[in-house]
Amino acid sequence: MNDALAGLVGLISPMTLLLVLVGTVSGMAIGAMPGLSATMGLALLVPFTFAMDPGPGLVLLGAFYMGAIYGGSFTAILVNAPGTPSSIATAFEGYRLTKQGRSEEAIVAATVGSVVGGLVGVLFLLFLAPPLATFSLRFGPQEYFWVAIFGLTIIVGMSTGSILKGLIGGALGILLGTVGIAPVGGDVRFTFGEPTLQGGVPLVPALIGLFTVPEVIKLVGRRSREYDVQKDSTPEGRTWWHMVVDLFRRPVNLVRSSVIGSLIGILPGAGGSVANLVAYNEAKRTSKERHLYGKGSAEGVVAAESANNATVGGGFIPTLTLGVPGTPPDAIVLGVLLLQGLRPGADLFTQSGDLVYTFAFALALSALMMAPVGLIGGRALQRGVVALPARYLAPAIAVMSIVGAYAIRSSVVDVVIMLVLGVLAYFLGRVGVGVAPIVLGLVLGPIAERGLVQGLLTSTELAMPWTSFFTRPLSIALILMTVAGFLWPLWQNRKKGEVDDMLTEAEKDRA
Amino acid sequence: MIRPRSLAIALVPALALGLSACGDGGDAAADYPTKRIDYVLPFDPGGESDITARLQQAPLEEELGQGVTISYQPGAGGALGWSELTRSRPDGYTVMGCNIPHIILQPMLRDDAGYETEEIKPVYFFQSTPNALLVPADSEMETVEDFVTAAKENPGAMSVGGSGDFSANHIGTLQFADVAGIEVSYTPFDGTGSAVPALLGGHVDALMSYTPQIEQLGDQVKALAIATEEPMEGLDVPTFKDAGYDVVDGAYRGVCVQEDTPEEIVNKLADVFAAVNEDEELVQDFRDQAFNLENYGPEESVELIESRTDQYEELLSKLGMLDR
Repeated sequence: MNDALAGLVGLISPMTLLLVLVGTVSGMAIGAMPGLSATMGLALLVPFTFAMDPGPGLVLLGAFYMGAIYGGSFTAILVNAPGTPSSIATAFEGYRLTKQGRSEEAIVAATVGSVVGGLVGVLFLLFLAPPLATFSLRFGPQEYFWVAIFGLTIIVGMSTGSILKGLIGGALGILLGTVGIAPVGGDVRFTFGEPTLQGGVPLVPALIGLFTVPEVIKLVGRRSREYDVQKDSTPEGRTWWHMVVDLFRRPVNLVRSSVIGSLIGILPGAGGSVANLVAYNEAKRTSKERHLYGKGSAEGVVAAESANNATVGGGFIPTLTLGVPGTPPDAIVLGVLLLQGLRPGADLFTQSGDLVYTFAFALALSALMMAPVGLIGGRALQRGVVALPARYLAPAIAVMSIVGAYAIRSSVVDVVIMLVLGVLAYFLGRVGVGVAPIVLGLVLGPIAERGLVQGLLTSTELAMPWTSFFTRPLSIALILMTVAGFLWPLWQNRKKGEVDDMLTEAEKDRA
Repeated sequence: MIRPRSLAIALVPALALGLSACGDGGDAAADYPTKRIDYVLPFDPGGESDITARLQQAPLEEELGQGVTISYQPGAGGALGWSELTRSRPDGYTVMGCNIPHIILQPMLRDDAGYETEEIKPVYFFQSTPNALLVPADSEMETVEDFVTAAKENPGAMSVGGSGDFSANHIGTLQFADVAGIEVSYTPFDGTGSAVPALLGGHVDALMSYTPQIEQLGDQVKALAIATEEPMEGLDVPTFKDAGYDVVDGAYRGVCVQEDTPEEIVNKLADVFAAVNEDEELVQDFRDQAFNLENYGPEESVELIESRTDQYEELLSKLGMLDR
């Protein structure tokens, strides 16, 4: 308790508060740019922390990370370009809201979700770190395999029209995920002699291509003035305050998604890119407004954004207690801890407890600061983008996409990958294969493959190693969730089949 | 009519440019460095190579009298960066971290790694992290002998995790298994970061990892042996040799440049890295992280690579893993 007090005192100094503000705002700016992920931004920031004591340095990094994950939602909502892989599901719903002239609502939903998610993640870090870190270790290769398979069941729920087309997209994504050096065995696959492809299809350029390029083509091709008519972005006349209150009237979604995000953040190696998808799917599965998903649902934005910001606090649990980074950006923070001579582990909490608490409180404060910064800055950005005529917007997005794809590792090949996938996604979209299943396959396929092969290799003591996938208690729980995840939407589709058909028809008429 | 003249006009500046470029080339080696140097790591930020480069950054800038920027080009276990290096300008302003055994084993075992070992020029190898065999703290095994006995009881059943395919951990496991006459199942993980939780959670029986993990993981693990010639200062862990197994290997970290870089520049860079290795603060930090200080100049590095190459070739062909 004394440590907690000391930590709080450590936070309440003008310098520290300033660092939290600077970290949060700069994180949001970097996160909002496709191609500059939270991990890259943190790496750029590390040299600045050398001149600081461990405490302020960590405060700055933590606030930056929190802000970056939130910032990724802006471009996802406004131009269908997820700023970081943590905002994939945000684009699913947020951009559709934008198209309906409800981008302000989406921004507010993302803000509320991010703030609550960020705070819940920190609560987990403060109160449940040691037991949860121990629990997370029970996830072995078999469980990672099943988590990925469970995630892939989202495809079924997402395919409103044809499940077959959803599965085609998912298979295509998994196939794209196999390009490069095999995660186990080291074979080189599908690189067609291009050395750059050895690293696989890079996720960020792929996301930019799949999501953004088809939209640019549509903007140019249709010659519509889609964005012009949307200056009045609150057709129902609600103010942002009403939107916030509305979101808090339905706390279940907020809390559930935040808890999902915190828990997935704790699993080493998973992180925001998986958490936002799983939380989104759970929100959709249990929602009373299921028919709105895929057509613009603020609930979906809340789910994705609260989950990804919750991974921040959750991810620091294994980082600080075990010395094992929970998410990729945590690896950077771990590196800084080591450079400063701080050893993660139970000792860190007992010996440098005040430091840990200052850090956790700074994360919470950063989450709180996102509210005013996001509601003022985010909505200003939103107004600017919707006011922009399509003839300026389309080239601006195109340039941003190319720069973003190039920036991630200064590679022209990445730009080519981005463009090829984008054009492919456009044509696939025209025949009814959406990008969402492709992205799911690309993100989850490699996790499933790695889990499968590693699980087989670590179970060689069994006569039939594959049986290990069906006998471990956690695996069985995940299998049951997978089966439920697969059957639930099918059952619901049958129940609501007629309504959905009507809605799909209506959609087609409009397009 | 106009063509010859315009050609001449076009040629003059081109020639001038060509000449001045040659001139620059000559001076460039003598004056080097005259601008910022890019220190590129072919791995993700946050790992051991990153920590090392961060520790070197300040003393490097002091020695060079120029700024040093650290950037990352991760992918394919480093192969992406190294194949990029072969296409970079041979002017000494792009210096890339390079690791043994990666730069040896990738070209040896992949059909097309995008580079050949000979195509990248080692400047200096400044550090090594020896292999270390770790088991969970609550394991019944206390010594390497216990491990060998357990492995012999049930051939192939014991699982040993490590960082990646054909990493120092992988080759170290193969070496140890070969020398001890045991059969184990090696499972590659996505770097040390994801291998460690597999050990702590009991999903693998043991981990072939690097010495810094002994310090970092503290009392969560027991270190059975380290793969060095002599016991390491400050580490109370026996060597494989003490137990009668001739296993000495680990990962070596250094820097490389494009192969056509002038000798003068390579030597100058090597001197700088040698001087950085004597920086008192850095030496202390290396010790704290359980990194071994190494000093292989350009020529010694080539010898090191050649001797390791022979050793790996012998082992892998004996195990039937070299199919070409």
